[in-house]
Amino acid sequence: MGVGSDFPILSTIVAVPVLAAVVVALLPRSRPDLIRNVGLAASLAVGVLTVVLAIDFEAGVPGYQFVSEHRWIEDFGISWILGVDGISLFLVVLSGVLFPIALYGPKVHKDLKSYVAWMLVLEAGCIGSFLSLDLFLFFLFFEITLVPMYFIIGGWGYENRVYASVKFFLYTLFGSAFMLVGMLALVYLSAKGRAPVTFDIRELADRGAVAGNTARWIFLAFVAAFAVKVPLFPVHTWLPDAHTEAPTAGSVILAGVLLKLGTYGIVRFGLTLFPQAAVDLAPLLLTLAVIGIIYGALVATVQKDLKRLVAYSSVAHLGFIVLGTFAFTNQGLSGSVLQMVNHGLSTGALFLLVGMIYERRHTRQIAELNGLQKSMPLLAAVFTVVMLSSIGLPGLNGFVGEFLILIGTFVTHRWWAVVATVGVILAALYLLWAYQRVFHGTPTGDNVGLPDMTRREKTVMAPLVVLIVFLGVYPKPVLDRIDPSVDRLIDHVESRTDYRQPPVAADLGRNVRAAERGIAAQRAAREAEGHQDAGEDHGGAGEGGGEGEHGRVDE
Amino acid sequence: MTLDGGWYLTLAAVLFTIGAVGLLVRRNVLVMFMCVELMLNAVNLTFVTFARMLDDIGGQALVFFVLVVAAAEVVVGLGIIVSIFRRRGGTTADDLHLLKG
Amino acid sequence: MLDVAYLIPALPLAGFVVLVCLGRRAGDPGAGWVATSAIGLAFLSSFIAYVQLLGKDGEARAVVKPIFTWIRAGGFEVEAGLLVDQLSLTMALFVTGVGTLIHLYSIGYMKGDERFPRFFVYLNLFAFSMLVLVLGDSFLLTFLGWEGVGACSYLLVSFWFERNSAASAGKKAFVVNRVGDFGFMLAMFLVFATFGTLDYQGVLSRVDVLTATTATAIALLLFVGACGKSAQLPLFVWLPDAMEGPTPVSALIHAATMVTAGVYLMARVSPILALSEEALTVIAVVGALTAFFAATVACAQNDIKRVLAYSTVSQLGYMFLAVGSGAYVAAVFHMVTHAFFKALLFLGAGSVIHGLHDQQDMKHMGALRRLMPVTAVTFIIGWLAIAGVPPFAGFWSKDDILLAAYDKSPLLWGVGVVTALLTAYYMSRQVFLVFYGGERWRKAPTAGAHAGGGGAAHDAKHADDAGTGGHGAHGDAPHEGPWVMTLPLVVLASLAALGGLLNLPFGESARLEHWLEPVFGEALRHVEASSAHKQALAAAAGGAALVGIAIAYGIFIRGRRTTAFEPPVLQRAWGIDALYSALIEKPGHALSTFAARVVDARVIDGAVNGVASLVRAGGGQLRKVQTGYVRNYALGVAFGATVLLGLVVMRAGA
Repeated sequence: MGVGSDFPILSTIVAVPVLAAVVVALLPRSRPDLIRNVGLAASLAVGVLTVVLAIDFEAGVPGYQFVSEHRWIEDFGISWILGVDGISLFLVVLSGVLFPIALYGPKVHKDLKSYVAWMLVLEAGCIGSFLSLDLFLFFLFFEITLVPMYFIIGGWGYENRVYASVKFFLYTLFGSAFMLVGMLALVYLSAKGRAPVTFDIRELADRGAVAGNTARWIFLAFVAAFAVKVPLFPVHTWLPDAHTEAPTAGSVILAGVLLKLGTYGIVRFGLTLFPQAAVDLAPLLLTLAVIGIIYGALVATVQKDLKRLVAYSSVAHLGFIVLGTFAFTNQGLSGSVLQMVNHGLSTGALFLLVGMIYERRHTRQIAELNGLQKSMPLLAAVFTVVMLSSIGLPGLNGFVGEFLILIGTFVTHRWWAVVATVGVILAALYLLWAYQRVFHGTPTGDNVGLPDMTRREKTVMAPLVVLIVFLGVYPKPVLDRIDPSVDRLIDHVESRTDYRQPPVAADLGRNVRAAERGIAAQRAAREAEGHQDAGEDHGGAGEGGGEGEHGRVDE
Repeated sequence: MTLDGGWYLTLAAVLFTIGAVGLLVRRNVLVMFMCVELMLNAVNLTFVTFARMLDDIGGQALVFFVLVVAAAEVVVGLGIIVSIFRRRGGTTADDLHLLKG
Repeated sequence: MLDVAYLIPALPLAGFVVLVCLGRRAGDPGAGWVATSAIGLAFLSSFIAYVQLLGKDGEARAVVKPIFTWIRAGGFEVEAGLLVDQLSLTMALFVTGVGTLIHLYSIGYMKGDERFPRFFVYLNLFAFSMLVLVLGDSFLLTFLGWEGVGACSYLLVSFWFERNSAASAGKKAFVVNRVGDFGFMLAMFLVFATFGTLDYQGVLSRVDVLTATTATAIALLLFVGACGKSAQLPLFVWLPDAMEGPTPVSALIHAATMVTAGVYLMARVSPILALSEEALTVIAVVGALTAFFAATVACAQNDIKRVLAYSTVSQLGYMFLAVGSGAYVAAVFHMVTHAFFKALLFLGAGSVIHGLHDQQDMKHMGALRRLMPVTAVTFIIGWLAIAGVPPFAGFWSKDDILLAAYDKSPLLWGVGVVTALLTAYYMSRQVFLVFYGGERWRKAPTAGAHAGGGGAAHDAKHADDAGTGGHGAHGDAPHEGPWVMTLPLVVLASLAALGGLLNLPFGESARLEHWLEPVFGEALRHVEASSAHKQALAAAAGGAALVGIAIAYGIFIRGRRTTAFEPPVLQRAWGIDALYSALIEKPGHALSTFAARVVDARVIDGAVNGVASLVRAGGGQLRKVQTGYVRNYALGVAFGATVLLGLVVMRAGA
């Protein structure tokens, strides 16, 4: 590892924004530039650290890396345990990238000091949640994120901000209450008799102390909290309000990072701690996810407010992520993890762009906008790229995740995947229609002669666009890091339940490929009979009746 | 002659009832306050009686606590009542419903 | 070996990147030349690859050139690579070849447009996507190109976005294509679930493991995708509207290349199709119906480009008829000849539109053969080719298809022949209306009026054109375009005339058939028929063409009429658009509105807000308990104490 292996990089990543927030709080209000620079420097430093983390992260290692463990409240088995694996790694990087952008991009019109301080606290909360391996610590960070977000929406939002922020807060808190109970129940039941009390999720997962109905109830309690956060239909209605009323940076972080706490929580805690319950209840969650996909898309088509439209598109996209999670295949889960990152990038970018339009026109009503492409060709071009990524155009990032999710779901839950694929059509419909109404046509009234993107705006969008294209063309470095951890998680689920991943989805596919490469060579050499055995070998796999997993073939 | 424990308990019950009824029916805060004292002391009496009957010093010890708390309460309570009296020129309980929901 | 294949898609991509980086600096016509040379070099690369492939043995001509691992997760792995074989290289050759000519033509056509460089950015991106589509070595890579060309089509159709009609058409094209892509995606899922891979070679070499049902499902789902891309019933609605795009776009994307992607896909998966007679029949029937249906509509259109658009739909129907009949070579043959003559016709139409200052209504044209001789001559060659007059290219390819269709079912052949007659009729109608008759353009209303309110942009473009190019103002005599526009016409006209040489049905001259045979193998059906039989069928097809031309001649030249059989129902394309609007758009919109305004706002948010108001109301009621009177509280305490006491006593008693 490049950074000395005893350097506590994870704790540093969490601590830097907190310290910076304290510093910002101590700075005088009269020095806005200084405040901004401190905030930006801190978030950039975190960004750099996360990138360093990603580079030092060893691909191919399935377990947690960079674990830093300190005792905290020993009597209750609560510790400060941070660690990162392939599932959380890119969410941390995503936070590291999005926060500086959100801090630097949109202009802040009042009380910069509190704003920057809250944003930094938020950053620490988000990253802390992704890194915590202690249930209690996670809960702490998870709840901490609420407070700054509440103030950011309520303080710097638009007309209806108070309603939106209270709704956001109460909705989320409502879910968390279940989780708190579930968490305590789990820890209590796990500690009964033999073992000491612990909140360490690695230990809890190993013990697997709860089972049957108990596990299902506790699982549901966890899912309640995460479902609100995701948000899953039908507990999604806080999202459009919060997104619409939040300031641009708030929306970016909310969509880009905060929602991922929900999906990440389901993967990390739901699947790891309650494998059997997760498998049992998968149909329910898959159904909710599919409803979310279709429903979010339908509702998005008739929105009159551009920001609300993007918010509903998030509901649909997050539905895909949950779908892939409960597909219980390598592809589905990897796709979900990747899609969390993709959605953060593309929806974050969309919110930034909508914010830029708002800065110029002071309206988000689609009906009041038209012909913007005429005067803002660059902004329109960037919007097009981001939109196409959100639609899931191959070659851009959205497609890779979406496709993996759908194909992974198809092999285990065929009809859910079929219905979800309809969502792909609808995504094109609502976004293109919105684009047409906003950017196409001949500009009239106030829409004439608007200035194109400023340098600052270009600086902000450039990294996002680059990442959108890069992850679409070459997602392999990311997937290579995600895959082993996902593999491990699925192995964990399989070892605790009767569930078995279909052989095509597991490594067998690679075997087949290796075999068929042989065939191709033979075929080229015109040894026509060469393909018989491999064909038969594969036939079993196709019917799902293969003898189980084959070893991995390295190429 | 020695009185049976039951007499003491009966007396305490009577005192307690007088206090409770007084608290419910009187409007004068000062009188209500005295009724509360009466109830407290009725309870004290039962404590002492039982301590004696069961030969357990704990009951008597508890009375001391009650006395102390009651004293403290009297101090605070009377202080409040006096200040209300000064401000309002009367201590009718029904006039004081600032905490109405 | 064959490393030159990498260059085929790489060059247009490089052109795209260069043009994006240059932006406006590339200028007019600089951007055009960059783009044209990029694709021209790609054509050269394809040709070199072709020569190299010729040097190999017939069976060893399928070569995979790996590039990099694109996606890998668990057992799912997609290696991006190029599959160079006879089929893909045939496609690459005509895509780059016709593409180069159309790029060149665009330099003239788009001259003076304010977004000139951007046009070529899109055009090169399109060429890249199309080449990925045909050269991709797996379903997913083809899908990448497939969606890529769809996106480029969207961008190019709505290129003049100031016009609402253009913007709507672009959106419609994308969304309808997505409906088709839904089928394509499901087909890929099924392929992966069955084979564990999406590689063409991996899948197609093992199709024998497929059950009949799965084969039918995969074939039909892919056909749904093909229907979207190749504008077949019922997903053809986007193509006529796509004529809102600049004419070179119509020629390149909506006639010659992109719309044939569906046929290519079908040809590519021929081993799967061969396993399912049902799927083949469905494809053949849909193809034949589409061919006939679109031909009837084309008879009643007045817009010069819309006639060609419906004609394209119809000709694509022929290709699917061929695919459904197992005659993949005939399909590819017709695809190639169609690319020649349809690109030619579109470019000719563009030339006419250009010359008449954006007049697109054929009723306001006429007698142009004297003023635009090159356009006229080349257009007439294109007409003869598409009408199926021997010995032009269209005759031979159409004949192949009809022969195969007859083998499949005489009924399909009958539909095909009637369509051939209609084709000859409507194309003759077009030629006669545009190049013969009176000079109706002299008293024509302005083009702006024709194109509806949205014509402003197009007009503005040509106002610039007039200023810089030194053309006369509006109302001047129609004129021929510059050499960059006429040269492609001449080249395409010669190809349209001589294209039949590729696959003449005499003895050993069936070159294309020989060349492509190894790709299709057993999937390819050979029609066993006596030469007399073949000649009779050919005569029937040729006769149908001549009859169609004769009818049109009688009406438009002899009869000097400008209108013939043009009922409104045909002008509105049998009302299919209206039907979709009524069946899908309106209920869909109503459903969405219901979901947003009722389910979301009333039911879910109502429940949420309801809980809030319930709590509030409950609190309102509860506050009444807090009377503020001490005695009430005291009573409460006394009551509570009594109850507790009672409970204790009762429990003690029990």
